[in-house]
Amino acid sequence: MADVLRFTERGIHCPAGDFFIDPWRPVDRALVTHGHADHAHDGMGRYLATEAALPVMRHRLGPEAVLEGIAYGERRRIGGATVSFHPAGHVPGSAQIRVEVGGEVWVASGDYKTAPDGLSEPFEPVRCHAFITESTFGLPVFKWRPFEEENAAIDAWWRAAAADGRPAVVGAYALGKAQRILASVDASIGPILTHGAVENTNAVMRAQGIRLPDTIRVTPETRIKDHPGALVVATPSAMGGPWMRRFPQAATAFASGWMAMRGVRRRRAADKGFVMSDHADWPGLNEAVAATGATRVFVTHGYTSIFARWLREQGYDARPVETEYEGETLDSPDPGTAEDAA
Amino acid sequence: MKRFAQLYEALDATTRVLPKVAALKAYFEDAPERDRLWTVALLSGRRPKRTVNATFLREWAARAAGIPLWLFEESYPIVGDLAETIQLVLPDPSRTADLTLSGWIDRIRALAALPEAERRADVLDAWDTLGGTERFLFNKLITGQLRVGVSQKLMSRALAQATGIEEAEIAHRLMGRWAPDDVTWDALILTPDPSADLSRPYPFYLAYQLDDPPEGLGDPAAWRAEHKWDGIRGQLVRRGGEHHLWSRGEELITDRFPEMAATRDFVPDGTVIDGEVLAWDHEAGAPLPFARLQTRIGRKTVPKKLLQEAPAVLRAYDVLEWQGRDVRARPFDERRAILEGLMEGVPKDAPLDLSRLLAFEGWDDLAAIRAGSRALGAEGVMLKRGDSPYRDGRRKGDWWKWKVDPLTVDAVMIYAQQGHGRRAGLFTDFTFAVWNGDELTPFAKAYSGLTDEEFRRITAWVRRNTLERYGPVRAVRPHHVFEIGFEGIQASPRHKSGVALRFPRMLRWRHDKPIAEANTLGDLKEMLAAYG
Repeated sequence: MADVLRFTERGIHCPAGDFFIDPWRPVDRALVTHGHADHAHDGMGRYLATEAALPVMRHRLGPEAVLEGIAYGERRRIGGATVSFHPAGHVPGSAQIRVEVGGEVWVASGDYKTAPDGLSEPFEPVRCHAFITESTFGLPVFKWRPFEEENAAIDAWWRAAAADGRPAVVGAYALGKAQRILASVDASIGPILTHGAVENTNAVMRAQGIRLPDTIRVTPETRIKDHPGALVVATPSAMGGPWMRRFPQAATAFASGWMAMRGVRRRRAADKGFVMSDHADWPGLNEAVAATGATRVFVTHGYTSIFARWLREQGYDARPVETEYEGETLDSPDPGTAEDAA
Repeated sequence: MKRFAQLYEALDATTRVLPKVAALKAYFEDAPERDRLWTVALLSGRRPKRTVNATFLREWAARAAGIPLWLFEESYPIVGDLAETIQLVLPDPSRTADLTLSGWIDRIRALAALPEAERRADVLDAWDTLGGTERFLFNKLITGQLRVGVSQKLMSRALAQATGIEEAEIAHRLMGRWAPDDVTWDALILTPDPSADLSRPYPFYLAYQLDDPPEGLGDPAAWRAEHKWDGIRGQLVRRGGEHHLWSRGEELITDRFPEMAATRDFVPDGTVIDGEVLAWDHEAGAPLPFARLQTRIGRKTVPKKLLQEAPAVLRAYDVLEWQGRDVRARPFDERRAILEGLMEGVPKDAPLDLSRLLAFEGWDDLAAIRAGSRALGAEGVMLKRGDSPYRDGRRKGDWWKWKVDPLTVDAVMIYAQQGHGRRAGLFTDFTFAVWNGDELTPFAKAYSGLTDEEFRRITAWVRRNTLERYGPVRAVRPHHVFEIGFEGIQASPRHKSGVALRFPRMLRWRHDKPIAEANTLGDLKEMLAAYG
């Protein structure tokens, strides 16, 4: 049987429907798993994504982009292929894309995590013959704790900083991680300030009905003295730059799966690292692959060759594939973005 | 162990001095006495020896984690630390134990005497008892590799605050030979017997690099200058009829340099000299290249042949103890007069030599002397204020090192490898090449000198420009030129290029240079002829 999806220089291509999934070079028709910049590139003729992902994509791709929405689970025929979008648990609106051609089912999962985060639509396993999985944290050293524990640790850290008379500045992706933190913290501890890139995404999400606590945008005029006991949610890249000068004496932290590694915590020179990721950990990746029932597995971005070898030993027909997806990095406001939004 | 793990986490979580000192002070005030002693020992590099072979640990950990060994081995270089890799791959502990730090150390030391099967059972039991940082520290202790990000200076400061004893005095009390099993807190820290350890050295005074022009130091007449010799900093302690040689890393290296025994003939008891151990050409009266000294450093016993090929001398910089008295507080000029008086009686072929003061009129004059350092086998010049005491640890103000600028070549990046530990996920380890006719010949590896932002950019570029993969190494398209700086060059038959560099690092990313303008192997050979 012919391959339902193929890995090309432009992205993941479906010959039967002549569309691409998360392409990184301009194509006519793009099906997009979620709004992070390494999956939703600009320059495509038209886009199809979940209705919940559309507002952020509109915000990021601009008014000219041709966007179309689809509900989770809704089946749609494109050429010789039937497609549907299913929750990936990565960020609000994120999806795995199921593609069926002549009874053969492939699933491209984009970025995903299997554990709930209190904000995103929970991950839903989709049965398939071939599964395309990421492997950002595809090593057995990565094991996340339940999100409630890490949330409680953030509250405790914020409370201690507030009691100390210092602002608490946490670095997190502008799309997803930042809102996940906002939605979970105990907002009664103090005021919450946000970096512009975070606040822009907040505005989009509030408009689509996602409930977030009140936040104050940091501007050049912001004086931290006017906001005692504040939590500041920044992008990872802003934390390393001049933007931080307005928060002298701040307690600093990063929220990332990479914080599981001591060396990375130290490189960031933050006081604290919260191990919090929107990507699956080692047990999550393994559970997800098993739950699909797939026999063929394609491993994209991350520890691709290691995870693929492990899967082969577990009896899968698995191999790594080259893509331009970036997974979770530590230095961008979001995956795939080089510069900060204003 | 919980209390010690808390201390470790507090120290590890910050790079700022005040919170580190505060955490240590609190610990020294309330931890049990044996734990305090062990903590001082661990923080000053007195670690218990490794009790379990690392290969065994990897196998046991992989099995306990339910993963194949190869997967453990793949994870280890990415985490960058064996103790941490084990900590992370194992399942959560099923039990808890309430053992102190010293209790764990006793248990770990007892492992050495156990047969392998029992040793394994005991380690597995410990892993199933300890979680998180405690498990990490246990692993560090059994592998004999615990390091904590606290300088001796900070620890001394915290002990001073906790005990009310002066910091410099604490620093001195902690030097030399002692072990937590043989001392009490009282005898080590509070009221030590000064004659208890005749070999005890003084803390070394270390200088910072002078980055600004020396004009900022004021009147040149207030300053003394000498060459900065390129060897191992050492301290010769002559007391009680014996002699001891200490390295800057507080390692006793007396046995590695047996020629120093001759110093007993002309250095009187009650003398401590600070200097540089150098491999020495007695005929020329000049140092041999550092590479020759290197042949001696690793050897605990020295064959006769090596003693003749690379004889060592201590080139004296300073005197710290004279006639049994600590003279560190006296001005440099006074100490220097004592040292010169002492050296007058020393024969020319002795393993002790004086580092001469450099006569200079003004800063320009000294700059010219500095520029000629490399030809003399020196790394640059040292500047010491004539009225300065001999301080302890690395301090700014009275002493500066003013090293010569590094040698440089422009080279092409040809291989890249991901970093580990603090640089996991970034391509940070690069191999550089120079032109040899039409070919690029690799000659150096470097992994420091770029900013995090530059590493991030080069990482993105490497991902898109990989030509081939050899395990973790990627061959990349020759495109980027970097200025590589290094401290020295020597001939090396083991390297394809025929040369080996000392401390190569990236000085600049030369975006302005096309690869055709990189240096050639011929250029390197010329440098070798001039400075090798």
